[in-house]
Amino acid sequence: MGETITFWVLAVVSVSAALGLVFSRKAVYSALMLGVVMLSLAVLYAVQDAPFLAAVQIIVYTGAVMMLFLFVLMLVGVDSADSLVETIKGQRFWATIAGLGFAALLALGAGNMVFAPAKGVGGAVQEAGGNVPALAQLIFTRHVFAFEITSALLITAALGAMVLAHRERVRPKATQRDLARARFTGPQPSPLPGPGTYALHNAIDMPALLPDGSVSSKSINRVLARHDQEDGVKPTDPAKAALVKQVIDKDVAAEEDVAATEAAHQEDAK
Amino acid sequence: MQSPVEIVQHSGGVIGVSWLMIALPLLGAAILLLGGRRTDRWGHLLGVAMSLAAFVVAVVSFVEILGLPESERRRGIELYQFIPGVADMGLLIDPLSISFALLITGVGSLIHIYSIGYMSHDPDRRRFFAYLNLFVAAMLLLVLADNYVALFVGWEGVGLASYLLIGFWQFKPTAAAAAKKAFIVNRVGDFGLLIAIFTVWTTFGSVAFGDLSGATVSGAIGSGAASQGTITAIGLLLLLGACGKSAQLPLQSWLLDAMEGPTPVSALIHAATMVTAGVYLVVRSGAFFEAAPTAQLVVTIVGVATLLAGAIIGCAKDDIKKGLAGSTMSQIGYMMLGAGLGPVGYAFAIAHLITHGFFKANMFLGAGSVMHAMNDEVDMRRYGGLFSVMKVTAVTFIIGYLAIIGFPLLSGYFTKDGIIETAMEHNQILGWLAVVGAGITGFYMSRMIFMTFFGKKRWADDAHPHESPSVMTVPLVILSIGSIFLGAFLILDNRFMKFLAPAVGAPEELPAFHFVSTAGLATLALVAVGAAFAWFRYGAAEVPQVAPRGSFLTTFARRDLYGDALNETLFMRPGQWLARIAVFVDNRGIDGLVNGLAATIGGTSGRLRRVQTGYVRSYALSILFGAAVVVGALLYVGNM
Amino acid sequence: MTTHYLVLSALLFAIGGAGVLVRRNAIVVFMCVELMLNACNLAFVTFARQHGNLDGQLIAFFVMVVAAAEVVIGLAIIVMIFRTRRSASVDDANLLKY
Repeated sequence: MGETITFWVLAVVSVSAALGLVFSRKAVYSALMLGVVMLSLAVLYAVQDAPFLAAVQIIVYTGAVMMLFLFVLMLVGVDSADSLVETIKGQRFWATIAGLGFAALLALGAGNMVFAPAKGVGGAVQEAGGNVPALAQLIFTRHVFAFEITSALLITAALGAMVLAHRERVRPKATQRDLARARFTGPQPSPLPGPGTYALHNAIDMPALLPDGSVSSKSINRVLARHDQEDGVKPTDPAKAALVKQVIDKDVAAEEDVAATEAAHQEDAK
Repeated sequence: MQSPVEIVQHSGGVIGVSWLMIALPLLGAAILLLGGRRTDRWGHLLGVAMSLAAFVVAVVSFVEILGLPESERRRGIELYQFIPGVADMGLLIDPLSISFALLITGVGSLIHIYSIGYMSHDPDRRRFFAYLNLFVAAMLLLVLADNYVALFVGWEGVGLASYLLIGFWQFKPTAAAAAKKAFIVNRVGDFGLLIAIFTVWTTFGSVAFGDLSGATVSGAIGSGAASQGTITAIGLLLLLGACGKSAQLPLQSWLLDAMEGPTPVSALIHAATMVTAGVYLVVRSGAFFEAAPTAQLVVTIVGVATLLAGAIIGCAKDDIKKGLAGSTMSQIGYMMLGAGLGPVGYAFAIAHLITHGFFKANMFLGAGSVMHAMNDEVDMRRYGGLFSVMKVTAVTFIIGYLAIIGFPLLSGYFTKDGIIETAMEHNQILGWLAVVGAGITGFYMSRMIFMTFFGKKRWADDAHPHESPSVMTVPLVILSIGSIFLGAFLILDNRFMKFLAPAVGAPEELPAFHFVSTAGLATLALVAVGAAFAWFRYGAAEVPQVAPRGSFLTTFARRDLYGDALNETLFMRPGQWLARIAVFVDNRGIDGLVNGLAATIGGTSGRLRRVQTGYVRSYALSILFGAAVVVGALLYVGNM
Repeated sequence: MTTHYLVLSALLFAIGGAGVLVRRNAIVVFMCVELMLNACNLAFVTFARQHGNLDGQLIAFFVMVVAAAEVVIGLAIIVMIFRTRRSASVDDANLLKY
């Protein structure tokens, strides 16, 4: 009776979690749902006289494998949700058909079978003096060869992961000397002039003055200049006004370019 | 009836080294061809020396043969055993082959000498002499070989040399085309010869002349080993081969075009030697023809038809060389007629062949001398009155002319009348047709003489005729001396017939030569009429510089009796159609099938590959479907 | 009870399979594969009890080992692809095609 209740509760939970795994938009939720399924299954193992497997399930799956999944998820980035729009024609339809059909086939196949009352593993367990010793006996006697091969498999997998994830440095790490040289051979050895240098006001709307007293076009804040223009405020210094106009014109031209490109893209898309 | 004697195997004396006759010119050709430009300065001298050396060997061998008793005059020389007892290579030195060897090397040497002068301005003179030497070697192999296979090698060798020499000025499209034509027409004949050799091999198990005597052939027919039909077929196939090489009907069309080659080539190959190889073949294969009267009759018919056709063509040609070529066809027709008349005919045919070799080479070289003087003009309508300008050439040419028309006591008189009389005894119709042919010969040869050497001068404006250098005239003189005396020497007292008897057999009763006979008188009369007619038309009357349109018969003759038109209609056009149909079937049918199949597979694949979308989820979907099918099948089977 | 467990296992397996087909995020696809493996394990354990034979549990144990190895390699591959293509979508890696 206790097993029946446990089964039904966990069956509902695990199927819902499995569906959640498939349908949730965010990969992290999927991972958590998978964790739920695994834990439920661990309990079901325990109910079915497999305490060792239940422990391994929790340690290996929920502990190691799930952590690995989450780790990679974090590495890849969790900020964006997956788009759920299907791009392959008919894929979702046929996937549904195939999934439902397969489920129906398996379920009907299993449901139509008539089973004798379960024998239970109690006899074998008692003989060896516990579940773990019984399994150990099997592993180290009849299945020892397969067991050794799994060890080789695990080593290979570890090596493979290292080889795959390793990134070879193709150029030496840049030293301070290299960085300095790059800076001085570049177009701008000095830092860009901050607002307010040689200025009377320490404010972002005040452009920097070059040592000769003229305005540096590189220090004009585009956003503020646009705002000023929209508000009808004009700089008093004609030289500065010309510079501001130059910067704004450049900006406008760039925007028009972008707009034109986007329009062209839309045309293409049509 | 006296049969040919057995062949005696022999290795001593000059006859033992008679292979030098072939080897020396071959060596000359090899040196000149492989040596290239380095041999340009002395190449022609080497060529002449090799040819003369072969002549010397031939003469000494001939003397040795004369010194032997009649029963030992056929000498076999084994060179090597290719497959012992099956395919031996050897030479056969007997009166027949040594006669040919003397003609080839003798006349050949004279023509070599003449060529030094004739080709002196040609930058490729060395190559010319190489080809001439090659020809001499191949021709000697043809006549000296002791079996059909080696004969065939020589046969093809002279074909090759002929091809190379006709097309010697290959920058002339006409010459190149003529060379190809000669080669292709000869292929037809060679096909016949090959099949004949195969048949001989399967029937008698040997291709050596020594194993194929008349007794063997009649014995095979008697024992049932070979049917009469087989022998007749062998004879006819050999005749086909002979027709190709000797330009007899119906394979005559190449000879007139072959005149595109340099004149010495026309004289040596297409008048004196190579074209007579067919006659040699028929005489050498006498054992088969004597056992197959039908084949023999066909030989005589072909001979008579060709002698008339050649004579008619010769009447209409304004090109001096083509006129002579028609004459050559005609004269070989006489030889072929003689060769179809048994042992008596053989002797006359070969005798006529030898005298013809002299007087026709004489006239061809004379024609070459005239052309040399007239800036290579060949149209006789632009000649005239050359007698006074080039006396040696004219006199020797006229001697050759008198010899060919059968002027009494000159060479042609004896040999041609011999053939005509033998034919008359054999078959009256053939005999009288041959007489008519002689009359036509009288006409067209006289026409040639009158148009060339007499009458008004019709020269081109820039022509300054002059006598040729002595290197060219001396051979003419030697050849003309042969043209005068050789016939009488060979025929009187049946000298040549007795000499040939060990090789080809002889009748019991040797024929006496009648100076006065019905056929002889009729021939002389007709020749006189023909010559007189020619005098009225071309000697006394004005010769127009441009050929008048002429009657139907003239056009017929000018067009070579429509031989080319016939070949084109019968063979070329159906061949072209066949080729076009084959191309069509290949392009549309076979290619269509293949390409269609390829296109079908290609198109299907092109659509099928769209299944490979690159989306791993699509693949997974098909895997899941597959798994579902497997599970379904398992359940179904389990529930059965 | 055996039938119940088996049906549950079948459902989880089918849900995992459908997830592999519809999700594009390679990591989620991987999770669905893990779900399918777990569903198999449940069936193994159930059969072990049904037949009174510990071999089923043992196979489930081996499946876990193999799954762990597979996850290690699979995630390493995903990380590598993400590094070069800045995307973890299985649809973006579709160059191997017609």
